[in-house]
Amino acid sequence: MSGVYSPLIVGFGAMSAVISVFVIHRMNVVDQDRIPLQLHPVRIVQYWLWLMGEIAKSNIAVTKAILARDMPIRQNLFKTNCSQKTELAQVIFANSITLTPGTITVETEDDHFWVHALCYSDDDPAALDDMDARVLAVETGGKA
Amino acid sequence: MMFLVGAIGLFVSMVLVLVRLYSGPTLYDRVLAGSSFGTTTVLFIGVIGFLTGRPDFLDIALLYALINFVGTIAVLKFFRYRAIGDHKWPRNQVPLDPSPQNPEDVA
Amino acid sequence: MTLLIDILSWVCILGGVFFTVVGGIGLLRFPDFWSRLHAVSVSDSAGMLLFIFGMCLQAGFTLVTVKLILIGFFMFITGPTATHAIANAALVTGLRPPVADDLKEDDAA
Repeated sequence: MSGVYSPLIVGFGAMSAVISVFVIHRMNVVDQDRIPLQLHPVRIVQYWLWLMGEIAKSNIAVTKAILARDMPIRQNLFKTNCSQKTELAQVIFANSITLTPGTITVETEDDHFWVHALCYSDDDPAALDDMDARVLAVETGGKA
Repeated sequence: MMFLVGAIGLFVSMVLVLVRLYSGPTLYDRVLAGSSFGTTTVLFIGVIGFLTGRPDFLDIALLYALINFVGTIAVLKFFRYRAIGDHKWPRNQVPLDPSPQNPEDVA
Repeated sequence: MTLLIDILSWVCILGGVFFTVVGGIGLLRFPDFWSRLHAVSVSDSAGMLLFIFGMCLQAGFTLVTVKLILIGFFMFITGPTATHAIANAALVTGLRPPVADDLKEDDAA
């Protein structure tokens, strides 16, 4: 990362990596369950592009709410279903909800999340269901 | 020139966040403002690096970004459990209110 | 070509400045904790991404760009996680969000 690749520096890096792996192995703290990465590679790129668009749209909405003189905020806490099976996909879904301004995942349970919305409108749950379906498509590789 | 504008804008934002950090009514307002201040600081370090023509500053910014996250989590964990390390609370006696408690009384 | 890149990065940096300052203003103006969370997420996502992208355009294809992308990636992952941790801690300690007056009846929490 520093642009210097002399054998001494690279050797130091390799040595410290080997030593830390050895120490962690001796400490026996690596938990045994491995998480297999099962995400559809094409779908997740599509999902990221779509998520960028959503972030832009909701950023403009929240910016309007901040700069408006009378602050039209209408807060609500509501429940949304998540149909993903693996924990990784659930984490992606919850982080996506929090990443788009205006909605924040407050509490996660097994098959639903509590979501707090800043400017709640009645079609917000439908929009979150749409995002849920897209994350499910990333997980399984099916049609979005 | 553009980095000067960026640095000034980030500085204004940092001052606004600091006002909230100072006046926040609840503890969580202050933690939130501290986390946001860390984010702006990372960008500020990067912009200052470009402004002075030494992009090596980005190493510091990368480290700061990681430490900011860990620090936020550590502060939240401390105010929830009153301990940062691997202290074992009995499962049903985890103190949920942030009022000060003596661990010997609970355990 | 250089002019085009300069104009693009000016736009990105100015947009980043705008969104971070708006996030700061929102953090000051909003009335309670739960709405302030949303103000922070504006400067966390849009401001950060635009700043990083503008700096990437200025750096060109060098090692600096790799570092910038790493910073952006880490903050993209850790930002919402920290926000969620703060919100969850506030909820657990009993801070309840205010619900708008016309939505009170379908609030089951």
